[in-house]
Amino acid sequence: MPRSMRGNGANSNDKAKNFKGAILRLCKELINYILYVVIALILAIQGARIGIKTPNILSKLTDEISKGLTGQMNILAVKNIAIILGVMYIANALFIFIQDILMADVSNNFAKDLRKSISKKINKLPLRYYDLHSKGDILSRVTNDVDTIAQTLNQSLATLVTSITLFLGTIIMMFRTNSIMAITAILASLIGFVLMFLILGKSQKYFTARQTELGKLNGHIEEIYSSLNVVKVYNGEKKANEKFDKLNQTVYEANLKSQFLSGLMHPIMNFIGNFGYVAVCIVGAILTMNNVISFGVIVAFMIYVRLFTNPLSQIAQSFTSMQSSAAAAERVFEFLDEKEMSDESSFTKKLEKDKVKGKIEFKNVVFQYDNNDKPTINKFSMIAKPGEKVAIVGPTGAGKTTLVNLLMKFYDIDSGDIKIDDVSTKELTRENIHDLFTMVLQDTWLFDGTIKENIKYNNENITDEQIIEACKIVGLDHFIRTLPKGYDAILSENESISAGQKQLLTIARGMLQNAPFLILDEATSNVDTRTEEIVQKAMDKLTEGKTSFIIAHRLSTIKNADLILVINNGNIVEQGNHEQLMAKQGTYAELYNSQFATVAE
Amino acid sequence: MIKILKNLNKKDVFIILICFILISAQVWLELKMPDYMSEITRLVQTEGSSFEEIIHNGIFMVLCAAGSLVSAVFVGYLASKVSATLSLNIRKKLFTKVQKLALNEIKQFSTSSLITRTTNDITQIQMLMAMGLQLIIKSPIMAIWAIRKILTKNLQWSALVGGGVITLLTVVGILMKVVVPKFKIVQKLTDKINEVTRENLTGIRVVRAFNAENYQENKFNETNTKLTNQQLFNHKMFAIMQPMMNLVMHSMTLGIYTIGAFLIYNAGTSEKLTIFSNMVVFSSYSMQVIMSFLMLAFIFMMLPRAQVSANRINEVLDTEITIKDGNQEQGKEGLIGEIEFKNVSFKYPDGEEYVLKDISFTAKKGETIAFIGSTGSGKSTIINLIPRFYDVTDGEILVDGVNVKDYKQSSLHNKIGYVSQKAVIFNGTVNDNIAYGENGKEEINENKIKEAIEVAQAKEFVEKMENGYDTDLASGGTNISGGQKQRISIARAIARNPEIYIFDDSFSALDYKTDLVLRKELNKYTKDATILIVAQRIGTIMNADKILVLDEGKIVGQGKHKDLMENCEVYKQIALSQLSEAELLK
Repeated sequence: MPRSMRGNGANSNDKAKNFKGAILRLCKELINYILYVVIALILAIQGARIGIKTPNILSKLTDEISKGLTGQMNILAVKNIAIILGVMYIANALFIFIQDILMADVSNNFAKDLRKSISKKINKLPLRYYDLHSKGDILSRVTNDVDTIAQTLNQSLATLVTSITLFLGTIIMMFRTNSIMAITAILASLIGFVLMFLILGKSQKYFTARQTELGKLNGHIEEIYSSLNVVKVYNGEKKANEKFDKLNQTVYEANLKSQFLSGLMHPIMNFIGNFGYVAVCIVGAILTMNNVISFGVIVAFMIYVRLFTNPLSQIAQSFTSMQSSAAAAERVFEFLDEKEMSDESSFTKKLEKDKVKGKIEFKNVVFQYDNNDKPTINKFSMIAKPGEKVAIVGPTGAGKTTLVNLLMKFYDIDSGDIKIDDVSTKELTRENIHDLFTMVLQDTWLFDGTIKENIKYNNENITDEQIIEACKIVGLDHFIRTLPKGYDAILSENESISAGQKQLLTIARGMLQNAPFLILDEATSNVDTRTEEIVQKAMDKLTEGKTSFIIAHRLSTIKNADLILVINNGNIVEQGNHEQLMAKQGTYAELYNSQFATVAE
Repeated sequence: MIKILKNLNKKDVFIILICFILISAQVWLELKMPDYMSEITRLVQTEGSSFEEIIHNGIFMVLCAAGSLVSAVFVGYLASKVSATLSLNIRKKLFTKVQKLALNEIKQFSTSSLITRTTNDITQIQMLMAMGLQLIIKSPIMAIWAIRKILTKNLQWSALVGGGVITLLTVVGILMKVVVPKFKIVQKLTDKINEVTRENLTGIRVVRAFNAENYQENKFNETNTKLTNQQLFNHKMFAIMQPMMNLVMHSMTLGIYTIGAFLIYNAGTSEKLTIFSNMVVFSSYSMQVIMSFLMLAFIFMMLPRAQVSANRINEVLDTEITIKDGNQEQGKEGLIGEIEFKNVSFKYPDGEEYVLKDISFTAKKGETIAFIGSTGSGKSTIINLIPRFYDVTDGEILVDGVNVKDYKQSSLHNKIGYVSQKAVIFNGTVNDNIAYGENGKEEINENKIKEAIEVAQAKEFVEKMENGYDTDLASGGTNISGGQKQRISIARAIARNPEIYIFDDSFSALDYKTDLVLRKELNKYTKDATILIVAQRIGTIMNADKILVLDEGKIVGQGKHKDLMENCEVYKQIALSQLSEAELLK
């Protein structure tokens, strides 16, 4: 939105270019619907042409009737004209109707296509993209921006064509009918239009202000609502209210101004209409009295004035909405044009899930995030032998999760190599790699659906028995059975599921994947240690012979790992098993001992 | 909707009254115009009428138009004022109300829904007010006045206009009946689209790790198709509106003229001219009648949407505040930092089972009390009862000898330094975040902030930041790490200088070493304060003066680490799951 508003002053050139570009692109994307659009436009023009002709015929009707005032009325002619007029009105309505239906089809299906493309695109972008862009922004492209485009297509395009045809047609018809009257009508309206455009330009500013101020207010409300417990205990209500009042007042003022100014449009239009009407009548009267024109011409011009003033305001409105639509289109296309992950369709190597031995090797791996100024992983090397349990320990920001991201090929490494069973992951497709790993993360990701659906996820082959078995292992079976609908209970409605229980659900989901490698990234951080022990035993049984990577803050979680890597600043500072590292008396030992050092010491 | 309108105060009602008068004037002026129009028509038609007379009438007509414009501008301003004021007031009311809700009530509404209610829904109401206020006053006045003006003129014409109005209203009525319920469906489907996309975005790693891209896309497509079909249906139904309106209005003119032609044809010479000018006038009044009914129909189309919003707002405003303020400002004389739970039980208002059952314990000044137990054992709930996030179901909680329900909430909160499970960072500088809120005593000054930061082990990273204590932190703390957020929120509690500290699992993102040093420094700094800690790690709590072991909402063990190791099976299990026997004895 701000993009479209920006160009009020200095940047108008830039805006125009973008506007044109976006509209052109929009037209290009519409090519599939070209037939519909062309038919709709032809209908719109035809409708407008009829709209322009009818006043003329109506004036003929009036002329016939006024003839009857003094002499004999030709009732047959009146009848005929009335029938012709009636047919034209019906045809006009029919044209508009068909055109509306066609445009509804085009705009909604086009919107559907755009949404579909965005949804597809989301899964094709590298994770790097999501590090730099907010979710809310992408979401708003799927809904708000696409909706804006659809609405403009639905209303503005046809309206614009109709209005322009009407506008030009009316001018031509007016001049054809009588040039003095035509000039009168145009001049009378002109003053009003200048006024209207001035107001339109001004109100735009307040509309922008209103959106920004409303945005600020939303931000404040969101912050307070989502931290309400802290606000309460710290008696922060007073300050929160003060800030709220201030923002609320600004929104109020912007609201008042923008609404008032935009509300002026209609009365001014009305006035222009009436003013034009009087002008046409007076000038018309003079001309009639001098026998230059017939009374029917005045009647025709009474309608022309309205025909002439209406489309102009519609054109103005269509342009504003097209501007916001161009901004929206730009945002959608910008997203769709984003660079996708590298193409892997030519890769031929594949590791079979059940034939993998389980060796993993990192060789001088270097990796740097786009928004960082130094590498997160720096010349990292290690080997995990088949069946080993590898633990990764280190302070926040040391690069633990990044290692997992690289292993899963969520990001491409800058240099060095990662090998699975001596095959470089650069030669394997992402899909193949993902197939080999079970990954459970700290952030429990569960969607709005039943417990069963969440555990099954995209693997249709999993039976109900397997689901129940997995839940028994993580100790959730009893709890799930106490829920009103058991395994069919819907998760989002259930406030009674704790963070720990959610983690256990994602562990159950991971277990059923049965992949040769296992990654647990703080997967049990919200589970109490006793439950964790039970889960871990079950996991150990499951992972027998499987190579696994475990990241955890809680050192009890990783004590029995075959290999513990202590990392800091993107590289290994110590490695070995628990006993070896404790004997070393280094970083690990210090970390470990601090958990039972007494405060009083 | 009516309930919402009750929020208008006397001044607003007065303004609306003025609007009413102004709009009446406006309608009078607008309806006066056709009179001048017919006069002009008559003059133009009559041979030998003077030009001055035409100009005279023309000027009057323009004056009427200008008068109506001026009145419309005033009404526009007043209506904007009333609607903007209404939204200002309701928003304020809602915001104040939400802050008074208990946490479970907030959960019931869901935070994001409360946010939309405070913003989006109010905007909806405001839009209706801004446009509707004028229309709802104007259209009935207009309709009645215009009908009165033409009713006596001619029966056939009147019947025609009546027919037009009825056709119009029937079509709009049917359309509303069919389409309005679909609006709700579209709204729901849009929410669903949002949800599926958000799901894909938040779980992007999981989606990819499970190779579930197609699964997600299919899910999306399903909703997308449903939404498109529903929208298409609505739009196609609405496609009838515009041509319908045109057709009715045009046929009206045509009908009036045709009927007029026959009337003139059959009339006597003397009446012909009167009928003719009547015809012109009638056709213009009939437009006004049709327009006013259209405006009314328009309001009724907008109303259902606003009604949905009004209901959502009222739902919040009507929620009874369960946490009522007491009036005590001080605890019992001589008691500081003392907490006593007396047979406290708790269940959620709509819950069936007790979350806490029969909890009793006392914490004395300067003591550290720790709570441990498995996931869902109720340890967080216990400490959430002290600042009255919830109220107890049975029993009572005394702070400094006074029931928490009898305190003024702000006085109770002044005694407490609370650190939540999820670290909260406000939009503002480090300084702002630490000095947050009021403690009923002195303003929190710079020295105090520095001290608090130092005790919370945050000095090193804060001073390393670009602008030190004046560094801006984003809302939600997206620009600092989890451990740093926790230390900032701990420092916030320290700066408050409270009698009682409550830590709800607030050390979880700190490594063992920082955790240890922080607690050491804190103990030194606040010798007299009572500390309540909920934790998962044995190491964090083993030196507490009293440890309460919870299991399924009941206390199953109470005492010091050593005693519990000997006589509390649950505690022993928890401890042994983290440390070996040998280590525990160290």
